[in-house]
Amino acid sequence: MMRRVVSILLTAVAACCPAAAQSPLTKSQLEAVARLDSMTIPTPGEFFAALDKQGQLNWSQLFQPLPLEVTSSRAQMALMLGVLIGDGYIAVEAQDSQGVKNVGKDIIRIAKKLNVSQTIIGRGNSINDFAENNDWSALREELEATQNEAKIAMAEQKDQDLVTLVTIGAWIRGCDAAAGYVAKNYSPQLAELLRQPAIVDFLLGQMSGLPPELLEDPLVTNVRTGLEEIRKLVSTPAGEPLSENAVGALDGVITGLVETIGSDKEEP
Amino acid sequence: MKRIAVLFLVAGLVPVFAEPSPTPSPSPATPTADETPLARSRALELAGAFANEGYKIRDGFWSGSIEKDKPVFIQINVFAGNEYWFCAAATGAARKLSVSVFDENGKPVEGEIYEDGASAAAGLVPESSGPRIVRVLLTEGEKSEFCLVYAYK
Repeated sequence: MMRRVVSILLTAVAACCPAAAQSPLTKSQLEAVARLDSMTIPTPGEFFAALDKQGQLNWSQLFQPLPLEVTSSRAQMALMLGVLIGDGYIAVEAQDSQGVKNVGKDIIRIAKKLNVSQTIIGRGNSINDFAENNDWSALREELEATQNEAKIAMAEQKDQDLVTLVTIGAWIRGCDAAAGYVAKNYSPQLAELLRQPAIVDFLLGQMSGLPPELLEDPLVTNVRTGLEEIRKLVSTPAGEPLSENAVGALDGVITGLVETIGSDKEEP
Repeated sequence: MKRIAVLFLVAGLVPVFAEPSPTPSPSPATPTADETPLARSRALELAGAFANEGYKIRDGFWSGSIEKDKPVFIQINVFAGNEYWFCAAATGAARKLSVSVFDENGKPVEGEIYEDGASAAAGLVPESSGPRIVRVLLTEGEKSEFCLVYAYK
């Protein structure tokens, strides 16, 4: 193994070197791999950072916040909360200060309905302050912290099932913005970023653990069906990007999901 | 990525190199204990060295117990074009920790490593998007609490 000392200065010594040649993981080690909501699922911010390096995105055009209907469904509110978090990241990329503030207010509004507002009101105020000061980097961190604190509060009040839906809502909104852009500006490099079968598998796995009454909720059923369709579209072999047709189909499915989450499901 | 090594100087960290032990048996991490906040604090301290280089530290973290030669593994999804550092720290009787990255099939992935006693990190610039498996291994010391965080840009 080639080792390389990068820097020596004063009394401290710092160094990095290429990773050592190692044995592949065994089957039992692969089976022991943990998957965690807060680590395994990338934030929309990570996704957008990669997109920004591959394309010339007009985030202002992509920032089309969901008009949220009034609902009494806690499942729908949880999905909406996730979508709002995704909207927040898009507003940050667009550097739309007022847009971020509006999203922050909507997050608090939904959080109140889910009884988790006490935990994240402080975060909402911070989002407002950072938006006022155009501190976009801090806003990205604040959005993730807001999402995580809302999830912790849900878990504490035995709403663990809703945590999964918040995660799904945020992931769907991030993919919605990305797929829309890639569909209009197709390139294999951009399309490769949409190849996320492991994430969809994780989300579907989480959904399969939801209680039957929640799985029978028509909106949750729609979301699950949509994720299964997405799973087929994004499951190309490793290193092979989605085709232009697949990106178009993905865009259609995922836009439909976002609209379904935002619509009034109580209307006939 | 190479410039990042200089950042360790700012944090006053003194790294050493270690060869990971071969294929230890798996041991899933257990829930957190009293020392977890300290392990997280140390992992964040290590990750914080990257913040001035534009890396953003994820708010999420993974923590639990780790035993010598019984590695723990977590799946993290990465995007081509981004750069990543996976940073871990252990407390108590931990003496030497290592962090390594593997692809979704378990093959080792080329990258940078940093090891400094009970703190360690692995740097990755993925050529393709998708899942990677991050391994945390205690190579010296007794059962301890550990925490893993990561930063990206």
